[in-house]
Amino acid sequence: MIRIENLHKQFGKLKVLDGVTFQVQSGGVVAVLGPNGSGKTTILKTILGMVLPDEGEACFQDKSILKQWDYRNDIGYLPQIARFPENLTVQELIDMVKNIRSVEANEEALIQRFGLTGSLNKKLSNLSGGTKQKVNIVLTFMFDSPLLILDEPTAGLDPVSLIQLKQLIKEEREKGKSLLVTTHMMSLVEELSDEIIFLLEGKIYFQGTVGQLLERTDQVNLEHAIAKILENHA
Amino acid sequence: MLKILKYTFADLIRSRWSYVYLAFYLILGFVLLFLNNDLSKAVITLMNIIVVLTPMIGTIFGIMYFYSAREFTELLLAQPLKRSTIFIGQYLGIAMSLSFSLLVGLGIPFLVYGVALSSQIWDFGLLLVVGAFLTFIFVALSVNIALRNENKVKGFGYAILLWLFMAVIYDGLFLISLMMFDDYPLDKFSLVVSVLNPVDLSRILILLKLDISALLGYTGALFQNFFGNGWGMLISLSMLALWSFLPVRLLIRTARRKDF
Repeated sequence: MIRIENLHKQFGKLKVLDGVTFQVQSGGVVAVLGPNGSGKTTILKTILGMVLPDEGEACFQDKSILKQWDYRNDIGYLPQIARFPENLTVQELIDMVKNIRSVEANEEALIQRFGLTGSLNKKLSNLSGGTKQKVNIVLTFMFDSPLLILDEPTAGLDPVSLIQLKQLIKEEREKGKSLLVTTHMMSLVEELSDEIIFLLEGKIYFQGTVGQLLERTDQVNLEHAIAKILENHA
Repeated sequence: MLKILKYTFADLIRSRWSYVYLAFYLILGFVLLFLNNDLSKAVITLMNIIVVLTPMIGTIFGIMYFYSAREFTELLLAQPLKRSTIFIGQYLGIAMSLSFSLLVGLGIPFLVYGVALSSQIWDFGLLLVVGAFLTFIFVALSVNIALRNENKVKGFGYAILLWLFMAVIYDGLFLISLMMFDDYPLDKFSLVVSVLNPVDLSRILILLKLDISALLGYTGALFQNFFGNGWGMLISLSMLALWSFLPVRLLIRTARRKDF
């Protein structure tokens, strides 16, 4: 579903991606892991066409995405920070995004699920960080997109919503969708991910299942496995 | 593009600052007209205010909105939209909501005063057109600055400098150069220099329309001599149009090559 080949990206003097190559088959949850500044968000944003690579190729559903835009009809994206136009209401924002994509949306169930019914007519500037993140989740999941890209989806969520989100991710996976997730919550990765891509200094350090990573590092849980990789590398 | 425009406009038109801006023009219009009790004097005073103020508000609003809408822009970028669609939509949304405040804020007092029945209606109309032009030009310039500067403080600084340069410093430099080189024929130089600054251009355009030679100044008089009133106005109007077009072209180019 996604094919990335020899991706290079440099921001000023900072080399963020240094020849990244990987493939993701369709269906399943892929966790993109790595220390801060390892290029996780840059990879996700390259797939979305927000970051333009210096070199290399990125393909989605066997087509190059560079300079294209309509392929994004098939991708849902949950950005790291949720901030919206301050003077629009939640309902207006949802309508706007629906308006941009002229495909069927299923926002009602999600609104109820995350308890946003009472906030629909509130201005976005009056919402708390967590509530904004819930709006963000609704916007991402309301379309039936074959690929979902989630960048730190758990930021600011209360435990109840966190459980809801996990449930939602599981449901989407069962529907055969692909999810690309970055997170620092290792419990989430252990619970949900089918595959891990571990980035280090702009390169792919490891791609495989959680079990394979534990085996390779000779550790009992993911947190320790990753700590060990980072220690060895320091 | 229309969708983005619509929502940016809706967002901005409800912001407190739009109301403040609108109220400012309302008060200004009423005060000028009912204290002065003279339409043509009011138009001249307004001209002096509009020529300096609309670029300033356009610059500040443009850069503020773009920086504050950054995350929202990212959300839009992840949607199936062309980059040019997003940025032109947002740009037009800002410029139109500001022009709307100007039009309504000044329109109401002048209509109440009865400008529609007077011979001054065209002067007044041109004033609003020029104000709108300046708004569009300076919003586009400030959006360009915002796109090229990740650092908000720097971006803000550049934007303010740009306004200060165009509205104040430019004239000063121009005058100094006229004085230093007054042994040389400076007609063509002055014409070119005044065309290169939209603020000067607007001032000349309005004064040509008002046909007040005493206020024209050196460049205005040159314009009048060179082109006559009609041609002078046509040329300055088309230069203003060019001025509104070029920064938008640049804006699209910059947006296409930028990483978000």
